[in-house]
Amino acid sequence: MSTEQQQTRPVLEIDELSISYGGRPAVSNVNLTIQPGEIVGIIGESGSGKSTLAHAILGLLPSSATVSGRALSLAGKNLLGADGPAFRSVRGPGAAMVFQNPMTTFSPLHRLGDQLTDLLWRGTSLSKEEKRQRIVAVFRQVGLSNAAGRLSNYPFELSGGMLQRVAIAAALMMRPSLLIADEPTTALDVTMEAQILHLIRELRAEAGVAVLMISHHLGVIAEICDRVVVMYAGRVVEQGPVEAIFANPTHPYTKALFACEPALIAPGVNRMPVIDHEALRRHADERKTA
Amino acid sequence: MTKQTPILEARGLGIAVGTGGGIFFAGRKLDIVMDVSLSLRPGKIVCVVGESGSGKTTLGMALVGLTPPTTGEIRFDGAPLQDFSKASFRPIRDKSALLFQDPASSFNPRQRIGDIIAEPRRISGEGATTSEAIASLAQLAGLPSSLLSRFPHALSGGQARRAAVARALSVVPRLIVADEPTAGLDVSVQGGVMNLFLDIREKHDTAFLIITHNLAVARHISDELVIMYLGRVVESGPTAEIFRNPQHPYTKALLDSEPVPDPRHRRNEPPVIGEVPSIFARPSGCEFHERCRFAQSLCRSEAPRETAGANGQRVRCHFPIGQAVGEPALAIA
Repeated sequence: MSTEQQQTRPVLEIDELSISYGGRPAVSNVNLTIQPGEIVGIIGESGSGKSTLAHAILGLLPSSATVSGRALSLAGKNLLGADGPAFRSVRGPGAAMVFQNPMTTFSPLHRLGDQLTDLLWRGTSLSKEEKRQRIVAVFRQVGLSNAAGRLSNYPFELSGGMLQRVAIAAALMMRPSLLIADEPTTALDVTMEAQILHLIRELRAEAGVAVLMISHHLGVIAEICDRVVVMYAGRVVEQGPVEAIFANPTHPYTKALFACEPALIAPGVNRMPVIDHEALRRHADERKTA
Repeated sequence: MTKQTPILEARGLGIAVGTGGGIFFAGRKLDIVMDVSLSLRPGKIVCVVGESGSGKTTLGMALVGLTPPTTGEIRFDGAPLQDFSKASFRPIRDKSALLFQDPASSFNPRQRIGDIIAEPRRISGEGATTSEAIASLAQLAGLPSSLLSRFPHALSGGQARRAAVARALSVVPRLIVADEPTAGLDVSVQGGVMNLFLDIREKHDTAFLIITHNLAVARHISDELVIMYLGRVVESGPTAEIFRNPQHPYTKALLDSEPVPDPRHRRNEPPVIGEVPSIFARPSGCEFHERCRFAQSLCRSEAPRETAGANGQRVRCHFPIGQAVGEPALAIA
């Protein structure tokens, strides 16, 4: 795939995508486009469908899920109704994913070097030594100290923050056009979170990778995203440039979500607002009838 | 002045564990918590803040006797504990409740929620265990009474948290120790749990010791903060003062690391790099010096003592922020 092509077309195109489980909708009519090098955040509470949407992009949904819509294409490949082999061909070069808990991302029984070597199964032309060098290079890129020595480490020998760096390295090694990060800093301490967010921003600048960042943390979204998508009950209720949405949220749910964020509430107010889901439901019903 | 007597007071508390076998560590004692002093008055909320491995959970467990301390002193209602035997913690255990980090795993999966809430009453013999009494407890915690006949697996994270609070309130506690009560909850559910704590405090004058890494929550709910690093308290004092003017470089780094929900205030660099050192290899001198941007040669060689700073803050640093650099703070006591 040439770089020119990448620049002219979006990395990810989702048009009116719906996902349901046995008739129960989990994601409804979602539209989302990500341009090369863009960092897009999805924010929403548990059950809003943000992880389901991310899993659909990589074909990771359970077989009980029904996916329908007008388009789901990743790096120019149509994936709507795609089968296992088609998804396998985009996992890695199309998009790679970093999961929430770095401790369960890796097999506890194998050395990190071996696990990352396995990910390079496609590179049949690469010799063992070339694969090793590629892993060491990407370890350096994500700021792991003693990069060569880490190859013989088992996952339990590394801290959560270090393992998350390894997970990001593993994803980057596949040279994906899109990095999907599902709550990548939720399991980490704040000082490590700040370092990982900084790393993701640097990687975007250096490698030009686009990022889909899923988070329930408004601070994380504000820190690194260019655009933000707000999800509620399986629907995108609002999306736009991060500055605009944070300065002027328009949807009642976005407003309610922002109102609950403790960091945005002046100190001294110790009664916390909560989201009135009833009112939101009424709002949705009114709009339907209108 | 009875109001001023702390419910719980700890002085110079230390917790060490044996490292078990192995060729290298056999018979060695490993310090998890060192020299912690704090006091908790009725109706006050104290938050213990720190990163993983700072010893905050171990400290919380030690204060109610789940991990017996090895050195120091604990006073409950002004009366010192004779030793740290299981029996000596009885007065504390009778009057306090514990909220574990993962409420769902603190329930017996084969017991119904109603029975789980009633259990402390059945054991202590205090309070009614009729279904009406249990339903009113659940209502107090904001748990729908329809869930009382369900099993723990049927509850969402927020509901499980409320059930744990209802169980804690079962025998009215004077002290609640809550370990990460808002972890894993959505912001609006977090707000609900915090409001619940404030209601309980108002109604019963209950004191809270909240262990958390969520600074935004700590800022809103607590009266006082205790910041821990590698088992020691590096800074403590009134919450508002610490947020306004953090004096320990670690406190400042911690506060600055929290991403601000405002895209106009992005950071160019992470406020602190690296991670918390291993307790198997504590750094010399001040244990934060390797990551501290203000560290000087004194910090590498000599461990700082806790000193009284301005505005009721206590800080364990040779060169607290806001004081002239090059002039070590005067140690008191």
